[in-house]
Amino acid sequence: MTDLATAGPRPATGRGGPATAARTRSRVSPGRIAAWVFIVVVLIVTVFPFYWILRTAFSDNVALPTDPSSLLPVDFTWGAFERALGLASRAEAQAQGGSGAAIDTPLFLRNSLIYATVQTALVVFCSATAAYAFSRLHWRGRNTVFNILLGALMVPAILTLLPNFIFVRDIHQLNSFTGLILPGAFFSAFNIFFLRQFMLGLSTEVEEAALMDGAGKLRIFFTITLPMTSAPIATLSLLTFINTWNDYFWPLLVTNDDHARPLTLALGVFKQSSPQAAPDWAGLMAATMIAALPMLVLFMVFGRRIVNSIGFTGIK
Amino acid sequence: MATAPGALGSSAPRRGDGRLAWLLIAPAVAGFLVFFAWPTVRGVYYSFTSFRILTPPRWTGLANWRELSGDSVFWHSLLVTVYFVALSVVVGVLLSLLIAVVLHRLTRSTVVRGLIILPFLISGVVAALVWQWMLDPQLGIISQLLESLTGVRLLFFGDSDWAIPSLAAVSVWKSMGYNAVLIFAGLQTIPASVYEAGRLDGASGFQMFRRLTVPLLRPILVMVVILTVIGSFQVFDIVSVTTQGGPANASNVLQMYIYEKGFGELDFGYASTMSLALFVLLIAITFTQMRLARANETDLS
Repeated sequence: MTDLATAGPRPATGRGGPATAARTRSRVSPGRIAAWVFIVVVLIVTVFPFYWILRTAFSDNVALPTDPSSLLPVDFTWGAFERALGLASRAEAQAQGGSGAAIDTPLFLRNSLIYATVQTALVVFCSATAAYAFSRLHWRGRNTVFNILLGALMVPAILTLLPNFIFVRDIHQLNSFTGLILPGAFFSAFNIFFLRQFMLGLSTEVEEAALMDGAGKLRIFFTITLPMTSAPIATLSLLTFINTWNDYFWPLLVTNDDHARPLTLALGVFKQSSPQAAPDWAGLMAATMIAALPMLVLFMVFGRRIVNSIGFTGIK
Repeated sequence: MATAPGALGSSAPRRGDGRLAWLLIAPAVAGFLVFFAWPTVRGVYYSFTSFRILTPPRWTGLANWRELSGDSVFWHSLLVTVYFVALSVVVGVLLSLLIAVVLHRLTRSTVVRGLIILPFLISGVVAALVWQWMLDPQLGIISQLLESLTGVRLLFFGDSDWAIPSLAAVSVWKSMGYNAVLIFAGLQTIPASVYEAGRLDGASGFQMFRRLTVPLLRPILVMVVILTVIGSFQVFDIVSVTTQGGPANASNVLQMYIYEKGFGELDFGYASTMSLALFVLLIAITFTQMRLARANETDLS
């Protein structure tokens, strides 16, 4: 947040003219103040729900109704997190206003990690090799095949998900990581497009030099092109990981027990099974926090990269 | 052959790399064929069958399509979805545009843009849960605030008139920052000289926004609108977590109804028919929007 304060008032770059006079005048103009107020309101609306998750998760669920609009946790306690992580006994949980229904967070967390990591590693690698073939190799039918693959962007997920579910059921992979991962493990039109676009923009000089030295194209891919593409590959891995982590519909179709169910889905199911009358909001928010936390950590570490990648995909 | 200068960059396709190329794209092509092309074909086929999941599909011709045309729940669900899409697109895109333009004039700070995309990184389930909690009629902070300010108590997700607007609000909250950053990136590509020329011609700030910024941003705005439309038509997770289509079908969006038919009633044939109808609808909308965008492109120059 200190960063925000220092970065905020920095004058927009590229504004020429009589610098200081113009700047001081524009800084105090009513329009500019209104604009800042607007942005601050947008930021509050954006960030407040995250604070509210925390505030509720640290509250005591029984005490929560006594002061619903308190900005601080009501009767600060770690109890909700203990319930969400399965550390509290059933009696303890119910005494604190928990429903007694447990959510096995560590198991679901593990499942989400396996699902998102394996899926990301596979699909990004397969997309990178394909992007190389579509940008660097010369072969008959290159553009035709590329355009056909790109056509997949037009097909809404719902049309392929039902038949894919039947397929996964027929090969007996329901409730397994194989069934969960397989459909998205090898092909992503967006990923191929994204990496191809980047590889097309790379200079070919180094590769040509290696070619002259007698290196094969496959070796060039692994020793030169892949390392040179590491930044967009990292970005893409990040985006794929986030998308897989947040995926809801496909896991809902293929997992109907806890064995391979990811956390995002488990959270949704947990909410639906909690009593409508007086849900354990503190426990729910604690579980929500745990599900969102890995994304928030990724955001803190790689935020700049994510922001810049959105610009990149937008322009191309 | 390999030492020919410019071999990598030359545009003339040669057959030399064919074998390696096919090896490298083999996984992607296999994934495409098995999990995209083939299911699409099967999905179309299922839409003409009676398919009760446990027994093999049986060809019934146009029976599903006839059922679809007379299914009042489907048409209601389509209407509800269109309402949701319209709210998400109009409010969402206008807000994103406003945020992007204001932000562009004020600051280049990556931190601010980073904070703004935060909701985009979390799942729809998480977003839906926290908003349902904040909008809870008894204990929700927004309900409390609303009641103390206006004396009105709203049920939000539990009120058939407010269910869709509430869902659209969650959807807009989740995507507006991302869209704003997309539009912001588009704004950065507009050269400053364009505005200087406009200023020399005596254009006011608002005129420049209307006559210069919006037309030059059109490609990216079209993309944002198309992505929002396609995404909103397939809304599922936030509905599934909060209202589950209720109260009384008031928020029974298409994908919710398709899921209910397929996995609740195990009527896969009919669920496929509706999926295909949604697909056709999306294709039609996308092409219309791109046509409209292109028809207007002439006023750019």
